[in-house]
Amino acid sequence: MIAPATPAWFARHELRIAWREWQSMMTANNRRRLSTVIISLAIFFAILHLPAYVMVGHFASPHKVVDKATLLTVTISLCLYGSLMLSQAMESVTRAFYARADLDLVLSSPVSAREVFAVRIASIAFTVSIMAVLLAGPFVNILALQGGPRWLAGYGLAFALGAGAAAIAVALTVALFRLLGPRRTRLVAQIVAAVVGAATVIGIQVMAILRYGTLARPSTLASDALLALAPDDNSVAWLPARAVMGDLSALAAVAATCLALLAAAILAFSGRFGEHALAASSVALGPTRPRQRRAGFRVVKPAAALRRKEWQLLRRDPWLASQTLTQLLYLLPPALLLSRNFGGAAGSTVIVVLVLVTVAGQLAGGLAWLAISGEDAPDMVASAPIPPGAVRRAKVEAVMGAVAVIFAPILIALAFASLRSAYIAATGIALATISSIQIQLWFQSQAQRRHFRRRHTSSRVATFAEAFSSFAWAGAAGLAVSGAWQAGLAALFALIILAGTRAISPRKATE
Amino acid sequence: MNQAPRIPALATHGLTKSFGKPAVDNLDLEIRAGEFYALLGPNGAGKTTTLRMVAGLLKPDRGSISIFGINALAEPVAAKRLTAWVSDEPMIYDKLTPFEYLEFVAGLWGIEAASAEPAARELIDWLGLAPHANERCEGFSRGMRQKVALAGALVHDPSLIILDEPLTGLDAGTARQVKEVLQERVRGGRTVIMTTHILEVAERMAGRIGVISRGRLIAEGTLDELRGEGARDRSLEDVFLSLIAESAEA
Repeated sequence: MIAPATPAWFARHELRIAWREWQSMMTANNRRRLSTVIISLAIFFAILHLPAYVMVGHFASPHKVVDKATLLTVTISLCLYGSLMLSQAMESVTRAFYARADLDLVLSSPVSAREVFAVRIASIAFTVSIMAVLLAGPFVNILALQGGPRWLAGYGLAFALGAGAAAIAVALTVALFRLLGPRRTRLVAQIVAAVVGAATVIGIQVMAILRYGTLARPSTLASDALLALAPDDNSVAWLPARAVMGDLSALAAVAATCLALLAAAILAFSGRFGEHALAASSVALGPTRPRQRRAGFRVVKPAAALRRKEWQLLRRDPWLASQTLTQLLYLLPPALLLSRNFGGAAGSTVIVVLVLVTVAGQLAGGLAWLAISGEDAPDMVASAPIPPGAVRRAKVEAVMGAVAVIFAPILIALAFASLRSAYIAATGIALATISSIQIQLWFQSQAQRRHFRRRHTSSRVATFAEAFSSFAWAGAAGLAVSGAWQAGLAALFALIILAGTRAISPRKATE
Repeated sequence: MNQAPRIPALATHGLTKSFGKPAVDNLDLEIRAGEFYALLGPNGAGKTTTLRMVAGLLKPDRGSISIFGINALAEPVAAKRLTAWVSDEPMIYDKLTPFEYLEFVAGLWGIEAASAEPAARELIDWLGLAPHANERCEGFSRGMRQKVALAGALVHDPSLIILDEPLTGLDAGTARQVKEVLQERVRGGRTVIMTTHILEVAERMAGRIGVISRGRLIAEGTLDELRGEGARDRSLEDVFLSLIAESAEA
């Protein structure tokens, strides 16, 4: 029995809440789905071993010499992994600041706020570390199977890096708070989290394109030039790489550093954490900055009013801004590839078209969910004198308009390189966008916009259908650019996905 | 001299809706134009379901709904042009300002800017929202959100205003403002139908009161008619509770 109001008691409370939040997010509040979700995740985890084998299987020979090139490759891979962990940790810390409803209760209770928030920071670190371990699991297992049990040290390193990422995330978020105040921090922290998650991947690709004119894997970056710049073999910079490869003293050093960072973050910030969290929660209660008063009413036709409202809300949604920004960041490498090979290699154009169509489909899915399912005043719109079909049409137009605005400049640039490719890309983008919107219409379920993060749990079929149709259209467009007849097959595959999705969709009966 | 019968603001005949078990059961209602009608009933009596069907938010299983003579099931768009719906949970857009929200609602109802804007400004002033008219609604209290929702419902000057528990969770000052706005609309010839659990509000504001239980209308009339002869000193609460008890025994 744990004594009440002790750190262990708070820790149990925090972990219980974290577990239930995860459960509710994964099962869409249907507890009967939990066993299905756990089995599906276990299967997914097992399947992940296949791509992990393809990516790192060759790397784990027991006789591999640990030279500088190997250390550099492993370190670059760890940077990618660390950036993802940091992004996830920033997400968790921002959520702890803004979304917890128990602050009044905790701070009005006769317990030490510092103790409570120390436990809260530690529990964030623990959940991030668990996630880090799960993400690394398939890779570590494959490396251990191929290269011996020394690679199991990767689990220890993943846990330590998770703790370190949480410490850095707390420090960064508190710094943003002090610098920008609670209102702006919410937006900026979300964007920083999204950018950090994508930045390393994209940065490495940009470096590879600039240097080699092609997309890259970490191993290709261990070039002679970079090796010449890298520190000596004995440098502490290689400690994480050595740790993951089974050097236990390096693992102990990295773990000690990460845990020390976490302890320092807890000591430095737990006292003020409650204060900041309270400031964040009062953002919702306080008045917002008045906007510039407009000259007058601009009343338009109902469909135009709906479109304008959707665009206004999309523009003003910070979470969506960060989501959109991340997806757009992924356009940077292909855009760069395009400019490097301007008017040249067909291979580069194929990659550009593939990425454009995939991103368009995914982006349209998110926007369509917000416009169609994430209607915050459904009764008011439904009670307006407009046929439901006209409401749907206006919302679809709003989503298509937003996608068009985002992709038009890139398509114009592509047209200068290859008019035919631009035409195919535009067609692919339109088809992927329409498909994603249609899937959202079939799986429409009333929700609040603030539940955007949980949209995938309302229908996993819709999520997968959206992803697969985007990939299929992207494949069709890419193949069409390269002149392959298989483009027709990929398009047919996309249509089959749509037909299958429609057949099992709840909206089919009401059409 | 023969006078043409006035078209009722709302008439339902045999209105029925079931969610596994009957929520509204063969309900006949007739509400006159220009009256303030309170629909009372215990939790789960079918009040909200009735009003949601009238507002076009829910399709009845059977029956008819007529709004100022328009068949609301056959011509929903024409009927909706005359109505406004306000629920107990103010659903507005956090990222819009009250001014922008009213502009949007006016657009949905196709109201000309020349008439919508003065109406919006008047409502914003009247409901005490003027200092916040250009702030986004995300920081608003529940009372302020309810006022924005109410302003949205009134900006297109509906002939029939349908309100489901509009005073839930409002402070005394806000509740009074909302009541005054509604009474002013009734004085101006508009019709209000409202559900409420606050019996004093129904007692003081409503011209006629309907009591619904288990989806059926069990009593209807003015307060005096509901009290019955020789019981003028009974409060609406006494009348309501005895009606519900009788209905439960039946």
